[in-house]
Amino acid sequence: MKPLISLLAGILFGLGLTISGMINPQKILNFLDFAAIPSGGWDPTLALVFVAALGVKFVAVRVMKQRETPLVGPKYHVPDNYGIDAELLLGSTLFGLGWGLAGFCPGPAISALAVATTQLADIAIFVGSMFAGILLAIFYKSSRPRGSGATI
Amino acid sequence: MDNFTPLSGFAGGALIGLAASLLLLGVGRIAGISGVMEGIIKPGGERRDWRLAFLIGLPLGAILVAVPAPELLPHMEVNASWPLLAVSGLLVGFGARIANGCTSGHGVCGIPRMATRSIAATIFYFGSAAATVYVIRHLL
Repeated sequence: MKPLISLLAGILFGLGLTISGMINPQKILNFLDFAAIPSGGWDPTLALVFVAALGVKFVAVRVMKQRETPLVGPKYHVPDNYGIDAELLLGSTLFGLGWGLAGFCPGPAISALAVATTQLADIAIFVGSMFAGILLAIFYKSSRPRGSGATI
Repeated sequence: MDNFTPLSGFAGGALIGLAASLLLLGVGRIAGISGVMEGIIKPGGERRDWRLAFLIGLPLGAILVAVPAPELLPHMEVNASWPLLAVSGLLVGFGARIANGCTSGHGVCGIPRMATRSIAATIFYFGSAAATVYVIRHLL
């Protein structure tokens, strides 16, 4: 049951990313390009995507608090909000740098793999490098013991 | 505001929220894609089945648009060179896991939980990304 629900969730997520245009890196970059506001080149769509997603998820969090367990499984695996540390801020800054360079982040890149035609090699390079980056982070983190619930 | 697509943006965003909600209420997991990826490749990692299933769903969802309604597919435009894409991928992967989350994990999932870590992360990655785009598009 668990893999089936997860598969459905992944499908809905990919559907949402595609319909909203988030798999197109230009759409992301045109949002992040706030200096383009005066020239009319700014695209606020990403903000709307976020607001809609947050709104729905907010309701789910409220529901979660009313229910002891998820539908399947003994508990909710929700990370500890253990405080803002340097790694959080540094990691986020590096992530943002990478995101702003090419306009791809993990979810959209993986969805885009299935529907890219001429850009398949580009996206495959990004996704492959992303895996490498994640591996590096795993090694880095394993050498430094941290607080609980850090990895989700 | 060129290229603003509010309706499909809002609809897609709601679907993303629904997907994350299903994962949370259905199997009790956070839909943070970088985290899902880390859990799969981590040596000694466990419970890979739900992670693989979720990850496989992502491209399937895109195919669900491409096959019946290709006119709804966004026009993909990638301007970055291969070296830039490689560097970008490394930074995105490394940075996200050092921060233990990315746009989906901290953004979509963390903020509704009012997690201060996620709020801080989101401020920093949006700020960093916007600064990067500014430098590339307007300074260089």
